[in-house]
Amino acid sequence: MAWSHHSCTTQSCFLQQNTKIQFVAALLIQRWYRQYVARLEMRRRCTWNIFQSIEYAGEQDQIKLYNFFGYLMEHFTPASSERSLISHIFRENDVVHDTEWERYFCYKSIEVSHGYHGPHLTFPMTFCEASKLVEAFKHKQLLHSRYVLQLLGEAWKLLRILPNINHVSTCHSKEITICGDLHGQLEDLLLVFYKNGLPSSEKPYVFNGDFVDRGKSSMEILLILFAFLLVYPNGVHLNRGNHEDHIVNLRYGFTKEVLGKYRVHGKKILKLLQKMFSWLPLATVIDGKVLVVHGGISDTTDLNVIARMERHKVNHSAEPSEPVRRFPDPSLRTPKNSLIFGLTGLFCPSAPLSVCPSELRQRRQQAGLSQSLQELRRLVSSSSSSDEDDDDADDDGGSDPQPRTPERDEWKQMVDLLWSDPMAQDGCQPNQVRGGGCYWGPDVTEEVLGRHHLQLLIRSHECKQDGYEFCHNRRVLTLFSASNYYEVGSNRGAYVRMGPDLVPHFIQYQSSQTCRTLTLRQSIGRTERSALCALREQLFAHKSDLLGAFQHYDPDNTGVISLKHWASAMEGVLKLGLPWRVLRSQLGTSTQDGMLDYREWIQDLLSNASILETMYRNHSNLETIFRIIDTDHSGSLSFEEFRQTWKLLSAHLKTEVDDDAIADLALSIDFNKDGSIDINEFMEAFRLVQSCLVYRVHTNIMDPDIVQSWIICVTCKKYSQCF
Amino acid sequence: MLFPSALGPEILVTGVHKRINDAFQVFDHDLNKTVDVREIGAIVRSLGCFPTEAELLDIIDEVEEPNGFICFERFLPTMSKILMENKFRPIPEDTLLKAFEVLDQQKKGHLEPNELTEYMRQGDEPFTQLEMEEMLSSAVEPDSNLIYYKDFVNMMVLDGER
Repeated sequence: MAWSHHSCTTQSCFLQQNTKIQFVAALLIQRWYRQYVARLEMRRRCTWNIFQSIEYAGEQDQIKLYNFFGYLMEHFTPASSERSLISHIFRENDVVHDTEWERYFCYKSIEVSHGYHGPHLTFPMTFCEASKLVEAFKHKQLLHSRYVLQLLGEAWKLLRILPNINHVSTCHSKEITICGDLHGQLEDLLLVFYKNGLPSSEKPYVFNGDFVDRGKSSMEILLILFAFLLVYPNGVHLNRGNHEDHIVNLRYGFTKEVLGKYRVHGKKILKLLQKMFSWLPLATVIDGKVLVVHGGISDTTDLNVIARMERHKVNHSAEPSEPVRRFPDPSLRTPKNSLIFGLTGLFCPSAPLSVCPSELRQRRQQAGLSQSLQELRRLVSSSSSSDEDDDDADDDGGSDPQPRTPERDEWKQMVDLLWSDPMAQDGCQPNQVRGGGCYWGPDVTEEVLGRHHLQLLIRSHECKQDGYEFCHNRRVLTLFSASNYYEVGSNRGAYVRMGPDLVPHFIQYQSSQTCRTLTLRQSIGRTERSALCALREQLFAHKSDLLGAFQHYDPDNTGVISLKHWASAMEGVLKLGLPWRVLRSQLGTSTQDGMLDYREWIQDLLSNASILETMYRNHSNLETIFRIIDTDHSGSLSFEEFRQTWKLLSAHLKTEVDDDAIADLALSIDFNKDGSIDINEFMEAFRLVQSCLVYRVHTNIMDPDIVQSWIICVTCKKYSQCF
Repeated sequence: MLFPSALGPEILVTGVHKRINDAFQVFDHDLNKTVDVREIGAIVRSLGCFPTEAELLDIIDEVEEPNGFICFERFLPTMSKILMENKFRPIPEDTLLKAFEVLDQQKKGHLEPNELTEYMRQGDEPFTQLEMEEMLSSAVEPDSNLIYYKDFVNMMVLDGER
């Protein structure tokens, strides 16, 4: 490009040309940049899917765990020795009235020593005291267990007189603020208070569940929420989430947090919280028009039934005399391409596999029936023929094949409220991914909202990248308030303000200082690394299965397989529904002529020593089981506890295990020979045997054959010869 | 909720079809073989194409369903054709560098943020405020507050190779 000064006309001609070239150059850069951003978006989306699929698979396992203990409940016969164990775990003794519990939870005998530098609370709770508490937690202080029990005790009294559904009106105050999942992330709650102000009667709040688990400050969040609840019972409204449940807490970290922070009184605090959770209201309705609930709805949701139930009795810890509250057994509805993740549940999948829902819909349409299952049922029952459920007739419209009783109806209403997720297609089907509640479609939204004269449903339960997301024609709003949930930079949190016009206004935020300065590229990279790390852990847990699957495609033992087979094998073993081909490069696979050396790949991928030390296949399941059996939260199992549980377990699995074998087993596991089994020994026993036995492709620790082999192996001490 | 592809294996024969299916699947949240029309830009671009916004709108016109979704059955043939014909070819790295050099009229080796902003926010398909902020956040060298475009291009290309 020659730059020179000429006469006016030629100069303008040059300038025009210059401008034109710059114009073209700018367009080109725009085009390139948009392509670049799209590729980043693709990566971000993949990363998100990884996290979500791992998270939901964990929840599914959780439900299976519930069902297992439900089974225990149903089949336990009150022989005197067994009675104590099971009653500890599950039984709420009706004879012990609330007043007796109040005595048990009494704080008065707890002394506050001079060495305590945390906040001192006085009661009745006032705004000053509550703000003092917030300040103290901001400075990372711990509230003394005396005040914890006192505060919780007061809040418990209040919760017991609250209705199942909070009814709120915006006419008294100008605007109401709604927050979604917090999951123990205190920084996010503090950020919301900073931006929006503390709760008061003029500044009412609705907190939509999942206050605890995963984050490190679940206890502090609960204390703050309950404190403000006491000060402004008409200004603070709490909805129960699926994580406000003591069994979920065993797995997802809240139990651990409380026991860690309160070593002496932790168990008592946990017991009190267990009761308080069951007394949390289930939903909030604003101006009779906006429904706020943690999970969602189903086609059978009926707010009148919900309003009438005795919510504290409808939970998993059912008494043996009543039908056991069980979640729909996921194995009954497992689609062909099973979602049972490598941590294959705690159950013998002995139930028949049912048909994949979309296939079923196709078949039904071909048969000329495009009605929902519920309509079919109505037709059938109105012609007074038998209403027997078939195993494969339970997806569309109907979500529940079990015989209906009033207790079961109530229980289902509650589970649907706390566990359901929206989907794009019409209809209503069981939520197989989570293992509880439903997937509900836009038609169900219209029907349920219409029936109750509501205009909007606000729910939480699912993490969203921007903190909130509309669906179902803007009739359903998902709101999530825990920012950076999966990883720093993974997502923003949001809260909603709403005035009498009931138009939601969103405020988004991201709580970490560092992530605000990260570029788009850096934050995606960071989240991606974290997701890949989590994924690698899953790969490690399935190393032998993966090798087996690869070898299946390599009958001649050449050591290489095609990429296509690699992807099939990965999905077949892990069942995460991830786009393997897209993830291939991030997992370090290099190919030559389209073929992959799988043995080398597994070696490279899984050579990380820290993974070797910490990963056991059924790690979180085992840990959860341990914590459940360890009813006094002492950190170790007595032989007796172990024996009783083992007997029940083997009865469930229909295997014969005699007392001597169990005794030998217990002795073998007690590595340090101190007469009890602590959690490390418990886990170690499973890990060692796992390395030594040859497992079939879909091993799970509740498979009877595996259990038998394991017992033989351990008691014969064969495994000790392997090391 | 993540299920593998429900299409039978006999349909996804070629590698091209498989690539399109994989990219599509990433954005297909409910696994019902549809994606929101707003995601189509990301999908098309992630398959290696460099369309302009206008060209994207043309694609959308061709495949969009009335409800604002795009279903795989209509998307697959359109996208296959695009990939086979190598439409919307990628921009080579040195062309991109030259483009920046053209904008750098005084041959300084860098651009000021407001210079770049002016260029990017003009034309038929200007950057939105958000796009501009994002680009500046990765392009601007924080200490000098300048855009060393050679480094910027290198970085973007390196990322692209992953």
